[in-house]
Amino acid sequence: MLISVKNLCKKYLNEGVTTEALSGVSFSIEKGEFVAIMGPSGSGKSTLMQIIGLLDRPSDGEYFFKGEDIRTLTDDELALIRNQNIGFVFQSFNLLPRTTVFENVELPLLYDERSDSRKNIEKRVGEVLEAVSLGHRVNNFSNQLSGGEQQRVAIARALVNDPAIILADEPTGNLDSKAGLQIMKILQRLNDEGRTIVMVTHETYTSEHAKRIIQMLDGKIVADGAVKKRRIAEGEERLLK
Amino acid sequence: MRFSDPLKISYRNILAAKVRSFLTILGIIIGIASVIIIIAIGTSAQQLILNQIRGIGSNLIGVLPGASEEKGPPAGAFGVSITTLKYADLQAILKKQNVPNVVDGAAYVNGNKTAKFQDQSKSTAFTGTTASYINVESASVANGRFFTKEEEADLSRVAVLGSQVALDFFGTNIDPIGKRFKVGDQSLTVIGVLSSRGSTAFSNQDKSIFIPLFTAQKVVLGIDHINFLRLKVDDEKNIDRSVADIKATLRDQHQIRNSANDDFTVRDQRAGLDAITSITNAIKYFLTAIAAISLLVGGVGIMNTMLISVNERIREVGLRKAIGAKNSTVMFQFLIESAVITLIGGVVGIIFGALVSFLAAIIMQKLGYQWPFIVTLSSVILAVVISTMVGIFFGLYPARRAAKYNIVEALRYE
Repeated sequence: MLISVKNLCKKYLNEGVTTEALSGVSFSIEKGEFVAIMGPSGSGKSTLMQIIGLLDRPSDGEYFFKGEDIRTLTDDELALIRNQNIGFVFQSFNLLPRTTVFENVELPLLYDERSDSRKNIEKRVGEVLEAVSLGHRVNNFSNQLSGGEQQRVAIARALVNDPAIILADEPTGNLDSKAGLQIMKILQRLNDEGRTIVMVTHETYTSEHAKRIIQMLDGKIVADGAVKKRRIAEGEERLLK
Repeated sequence: MRFSDPLKISYRNILAAKVRSFLTILGIIIGIASVIIIIAIGTSAQQLILNQIRGIGSNLIGVLPGASEEKGPPAGAFGVSITTLKYADLQAILKKQNVPNVVDGAAYVNGNKTAKFQDQSKSTAFTGTTASYINVESASVANGRFFTKEEEADLSRVAVLGSQVALDFFGTNIDPIGKRFKVGDQSLTVIGVLSSRGSTAFSNQDKSIFIPLFTAQKVVLGIDHINFLRLKVDDEKNIDRSVADIKATLRDQHQIRNSANDDFTVRDQRAGLDAITSITNAIKYFLTAIAAISLLVGGVGIMNTMLISVNERIREVGLRKAIGAKNSTVMFQFLIESAVITLIGGVVGIIFGALVSFLAAIIMQKLGYQWPFIVTLSSVILAVVISTMVGIFFGLYPARRAAKYNIVEALRYE
């Protein structure tokens, strides 16, 4: 089991008022799954994603990542797990400005203490950029790319450390439908290749590209099950042309 | 993370905000350049003064009439004419059995008289001295000759002019040799002109007229004591021994049994050199401390710039931490960035400071001073160390702030 959470709670204290963003969330994710966490704004899906991604700690409840209880880990140990096991794709891409595609993609490798030679880094960055069809853009600056291309660079960055799981937070939220579909196509292909993907979205259409949907409302899971009629981006792309 | 990575990031960020980076670096340049310039000019001025004193010779011992404190002013400085020192004292000191290491010595009397040549007249300093002056003072004659022992003994009415006096009275067109001119009531014949030497620590040879000791004592001043003795020792290392020998000889001459009753003062130059070195050092360090204040101001500028930089890059910090940067790595990166800014400022400041010091040296040399150009290695090392320390010290707070950002909030920051 890759991820196992039990009775997960998250409370925020803001100017004396406590808000419960998550209350008693339990589920698990196996290796190779493609899960969409769905829900309206304020349902707690992003908070859940941040906790799963070890960007934040739960207020209460259990969380085991690859069998390890994350409550016992220090900040530095969490940073190490994020670096070596989790690839992030954000809604707003979060690429570094004034920096080339290559330099953005290699970033996780620079923080990886399993030191690698410069040659291997170049090879690995080349591979992941090819995987998102951006091999020809390696020396371009990030701000010279279209939104869809920037998100593909972000996916390449998420892949570069060969993580156990990719966490995508509204990956198509800032893109037009064509670029969005291209991202879904890449995510589906990566999942087909065996990679575990967890995606947060508020769009039913986007969530239907996953294999399983966890439906959230007011900090609780209200539904959790397989997608009945899964969408395949490859075919839909043809419809858009 | 490789060490070159934060350097690369710093380079990119410095270039990204060129004007801001330049102004911040300028603050450090001014601070470091001030330190370098003050240390360089201070050291050069110190060397100039010390060289002037050494120029007379560091193997010299002076004897003054009257007792005085070891490092205090000579007794004669209080306006009292002390007559305890005589020519016979010089003769006694020059005897090998009394002071074996003294190789030569000169006696001096000084005064001021109106000097006249044709229709020109001017109050001029004159020095009555022995023929040994040239050897003891390491002086040289530019034109003509110095007076001889015989002329000294014969009360000859001859004079040797300092270069400035010769220029003042005779200009560049008239050869002063053989000309007669008056010092007070006495008519003297010019036999030589000394080479220009410039101001030394105690007097200016160029502005004095030199006449034989006995002529000055008996004919011009009507006295039989002397104002000063200067003795040349064979080697600097024999100074202490010779000072003791001279004191013993003078006590013997003056029939003094107890050293508390000494009516003379014997001084070597080392004490003077030490005193001047410590005074000039104190001035130099004081000025350096003032210059260091400008570095402090530059440091505050660094902190300000780094805080702005951290604020502008909150999302970047969030991303770096999300993909695995530890707090310490983020802090290190910002520290490197502020250290790079100050190091650049330090290096440019050193070059700029050295250039200004070099220009100052050229100007001072053109003005006729033996002004050395000295930028010491220690001041350069000090500047580099200080500038880097300023960068790290003032970069620490912004760097810690960056490292402590909550990842989720940082990623959400607009």
